[in-house]
Amino acid sequence: MEEILKFFLEYKEMIFIIILSIFLGIEVISHVPAVLHTPLMSGSNAIHGVVIIGAIIVMGHAESTLSLIFGFIAVVMGTLNVVGGFVVTDRMLEMFKKKK
Amino acid sequence: MEQITKIIEFTSEVSILEISYLVASILFILGLKKLSHPATARSGNLWAAAGMGAAILFTILFHKQNGQPIGNILWILVALAIGSFIGWYASIKVKMTAMPQMVSIFNGMGGACAALISLMEFPKMQNAMALAGDAHMLGGEGIAILLGLMIGGVSFAGSMIAFGKLDGRIGDIKHPILRIINLSFLVVLLVALIVILYMQPIENNNLPIYLFALAALIYGVTFVMPIGGADMPVVISLLNSFTGVAAAMGGFLYGNQAMLTGGILVGSSGTILTILMCKAMNRSLLNVIIGAFGVAGAAGTEDGDKTVKEISLSDAAVLLSYSQKVYIVPGYGLAVAQAQHLCHELDNLLSSKGVEVKYAIHPVAGRMPGHMNVLLAEADVPYEKLVEMEDANNEMANTDVVMVIGANDVVNPAAEDDPSSPIYGMPIIKVLDSKNIIVMKRSMAAGYAAIPNNLFYHQKNRMLFGDAKATLQKLVAEIKSL
Repeated sequence: MEEILKFFLEYKEMIFIIILSIFLGIEVISHVPAVLHTPLMSGSNAIHGVVIIGAIIVMGHAESTLSLIFGFIAVVMGTLNVVGGFVVTDRMLEMFKKKK
Repeated sequence: MEQITKIIEFTSEVSILEISYLVASILFILGLKKLSHPATARSGNLWAAAGMGAAILFTILFHKQNGQPIGNILWILVALAIGSFIGWYASIKVKMTAMPQMVSIFNGMGGACAALISLMEFPKMQNAMALAGDAHMLGGEGIAILLGLMIGGVSFAGSMIAFGKLDGRIGDIKHPILRIINLSFLVVLLVALIVILYMQPIENNNLPIYLFALAALIYGVTFVMPIGGADMPVVISLLNSFTGVAAAMGGFLYGNQAMLTGGILVGSSGTILTILMCKAMNRSLLNVIIGAFGVAGAAGTEDGDKTVKEISLSDAAVLLSYSQKVYIVPGYGLAVAQAQHLCHELDNLLSSKGVEVKYAIHPVAGRMPGHMNVLLAEADVPYEKLVEMEDANNEMANTDVVMVIGANDVVNPAAEDDPSSPIYGMPIIKVLDSKNIIVMKRSMAAGYAAIPNNLFYHQKNRMLFGDAKATLQKLVAEIKSL
């Protein structure tokens, strides 16, 4: 029990962010029309590409060649996620806009 | 004096970085918000992209770990360039029908990225803890690393399998034993997670973490393998939210707010989206995950001799031309045949003859919810003509002809009247309420969910066999010559 309380105190800011973000995510999404489900999924897919920041940090502080190689792969994959995700979403949404 | 200026400089760089993360988080939230409204969706996507760009740029410029700035910058830029080029090129080239596969691959990349980060951070943490003489690795850092590795790995392997299934490279393996293997792997993973946390840190003792990563990958495969092809949209959406959580674990590890908010936002909104999709198919998430679809009930409707009535092209042309109101029910078959443009041509032609033509869109038509809307939008079909299922069902009674093109499960009456059917309870487009039905189909084969469809044998229905594109072409020509 004490461990849990200590854990909470140590990470309280992040726990707050996590809880509030969960509610925010639900709120923001809940009124989306079915038409936009696919673009929305694709757009949020691009947003979790933010994991690339972690990959950059790892690569930026890599000490061995091996971790540099792994970091390199991670950054490439993360970029694929980010760039591919946003471009694909934009392509989809472009079509919705065109016929206005 | 010199020291003081140094400290101020140091903190101002860090604050710029933190402010950029705050801005990025706000842009993610606003972007998602705007993405949920048709008029603002495109700009929402760009806002989120701008937030991402800022977060990446400022991380490279100002991030410091133990006072050390980011090194290997040249290599990082090369990696960014390679990833950007491949990602951009693949997205430009992909056909709209293959969109779900593409999203699945990108999602897998994100998951793999998260897993790799954990895989590299674990040895660092363990070595540091071994030096400090800690008794175990239980703590926020260890939990974040292991969860990031597990969820990221599952998401990566699962997304690759989902890609293979959608692309028709991997079939469904629906053996009941898979369910047991599946569950036992999950148990093994969770137990291993706890065991590793309680292990004494020993320098360079990395075998357990590699085995753990391998187990996560295998679980990702066995997790998606038994799930039927028709449920892939739900799975992709679920894996999407998984990757979000994996990214958030990275944020927790580095105390990085942009990763944390971005990841959790996707995790929670992705979960809601998944549940919305399940609701549209009237299935529980648990049911989807266990993968019971399509095994039972497939043999439930073998009663009596059934005859199929065909309709000739000219009869179909006449019937359509002299109707007042026509509904088109498009399915994935239409998209596969790349016939959405022809479909729009048919609709224009009929409209010019005074026929009211609309499209009834089932929420899960296509391979992802809303996929059909994207495909029809690509063919310039006006937004107002796309009618959502419930509204379309209300209008069915005064519809003269319903033309089902390449759709099957979403019009299967078994969902309403056959409790033994696996899709029983799924809302469908009630085409039987209309006066005439024409089903355009390649053959009598069952749909994607592999469930027989009694609609084809119904007295109101007539079949128009052939490839959707070729048949539509002929039909358009026939109507023109009337």
